[in-house]
Amino acid sequence: MLVPSPWRADFPAIATLQRQDQTYLDNAATTQKPQALLDAISHYYANGAANVHRAQHLPGAHATQAFEDSRSKVAQWLNAGGSGQIVFTHGATSALNLLAYGLEHLFNAGDEIVVSALEHHANLLPWQQLAKRRAATLVVLPLNDDGVIDLTAAAELIGPRTRLLAVSQLSNVLGAWQPLQTLITTAKAHGALTVVDGAQGIVHGRHDVQALGCDFYVFSSHKLYGPDGVGVLFGRNEALHHLHHWQFGGEMVQQADYHSASFRPAPLGFEAGTPPIAGVIGLGASLDYLSSLDQPAVIAHEAALHEYLLRGLKARNGVRVLGSPQVALVSFVVEGVHNADLAHLLTEQGIAVRAGHHCAMPLLKAMHLSGAIRVSLALYNDSDDLERFFEALDQALDMLR
Amino acid sequence: MSLPVEAVAALEAFQAVGSWEQRARMLMQWGERLPALPAEDKVDANLVQGCESLVWLVGQLHDGHWQFAASSEARMIRGLVALLLARVNGLSAAELQAVDLPDWFNQLGLSRQLSPSRSNGLNAVLQRMRALSLIQN
Ligand SMILES: Cc1ncc(COP(=O)(O)O)c(C=O)c1O
Repeated sequence: MLVPSPWRADFPAIATLQRQDQTYLDNAATTQKPQALLDAISHYYANGAANVHRAQHLPGAHATQAFEDSRSKVAQWLNAGGSGQIVFTHGATSALNLLAYGLEHLFNAGDEIVVSALEHHANLLPWQQLAKRRAATLVVLPLNDDGVIDLTAAAELIGPRTRLLAVSQLSNVLGAWQPLQTLITTAKAHGALTVVDGAQGIVHGRHDVQALGCDFYVFSSHKLYGPDGVGVLFGRNEALHHLHHWQFGGEMVQQADYHSASFRPAPLGFEAGTPPIAGVIGLGASLDYLSSLDQPAVIAHEAALHEYLLRGLKARNGVRVLGSPQVALVSFVVEGVHNADLAHLLTEQGIAVRAGHHCAMPLLKAMHLSGAIRVSLALYNDSDDLERFFEALDQALDMLR
Repeated sequence: MSLPVEAVAALEAFQAVGSWEQRARMLMQWGERLPALPAEDKVDANLVQGCESLVWLVGQLHDGHWQFAASSEARMIRGLVALLLARVNGLSAAELQAVDLPDWFNQLGLSRQLSPSRSNGLNAVLQRMRALSLIQN
């Protein structure tokens, strides 16, 4: 095989899927899980579940210890150091909504919130709706032909009225890294807060929130080989001071009376109610597993697979790749073929890819497309997976043309 | 309740197929046989929401019998809709209420096209058809 994956056997679901003749290439939607994660969750439930931060008993102490260990592992993964806090949420979407509600008080009529044209609905709609609530203006940064935010335009559009910039690190449709450093520097120069949607970026390579200099960084555990139901919000200490409490309930409160209450600071003040304990512990196990891998080898593997995918697609007649994908995924359309038809025939052949608008309807509309097919990779994929995809694609196109 | 002639033909055709390729080719053939929808019917009001591709559906009672017409820009969903219309066109209002459409697609070997994770829109078309039949009942 041209590009084998040395990590494939660490993910038991891949073998199961293969027995069902399924080739999983929808990794930007969610990933399969390493055995280490299954073991950790099973260990937690088999050895005594307990609620965290509340009980004085031994199981409670164990659960709290494991839960807080995960928080440290996430902080390490992002190199947060002492610069900020890690808040656990229920996903990237809920982290972004927490920001859009918790920062609402900072916005007045005419203030500007800047996003980009490629945002996932999760990093568009919370800001769009916040702008509506506060009569603020949503400013949309345009892209260049490569699917990268146009920095010349951004330099004009980010200005003294900008209160907040919220952009993706890596597009889930175009697979292009975004020029965060420049955007963040520009936004900061105008005193704006900066939010990075790292849902896709976090999965590829290591990222350092202190080097990035953003105020907030958000991602979902399930895309990073962790359990679903867990999200991460990193907040810089200075920026967290601006964040008002949003959801209220147990655990986040300091003192409560019938008619008033005071609340804890971050992180616990933003984790109302029982958190997804097993999921957070599982994420810690996934991060341990990922930390144990030879990181440069993972990056090289993903790059080789991506190159293989891109080359194979470009070699086929009528295939048009969207933008200039650099890593992780490729979205494409085929001239004269409806993406729904192609998706149908790929599904029939056991190829699990995504078709449609990829939760970025405005982007697809701007490209005058009703949808696209997206093939997305993970570290356990190999070139045989891609060969099966290409075979199925050729067969489907044969039938449709 | 006896099956419409078209439905009998569909059943015979689809129950005979073996491979997924044959089934897909047959779906496309049925889609091509769907009569073109007049341009004045291809308006937003007739668009079925919730499909990956644009699907229009119109339906009317003529002398107590339902007559539906539909169109789509994608070929597979057009085929599925053609099979749906083969089953329901000509039914009385009471018959349409009674017909078990998921079972119909099951008999054709196409039940997977109705699974909730499928975004092809067949489910949305069924719902729209139900809504139309209730309004005009
Ligand atoms: C770029 C981007 N942002 C945000 C999200 C939302 O993540 P979740 O659905 O896990 O909250 C996704 C998931 O598809 C994404 O790709």
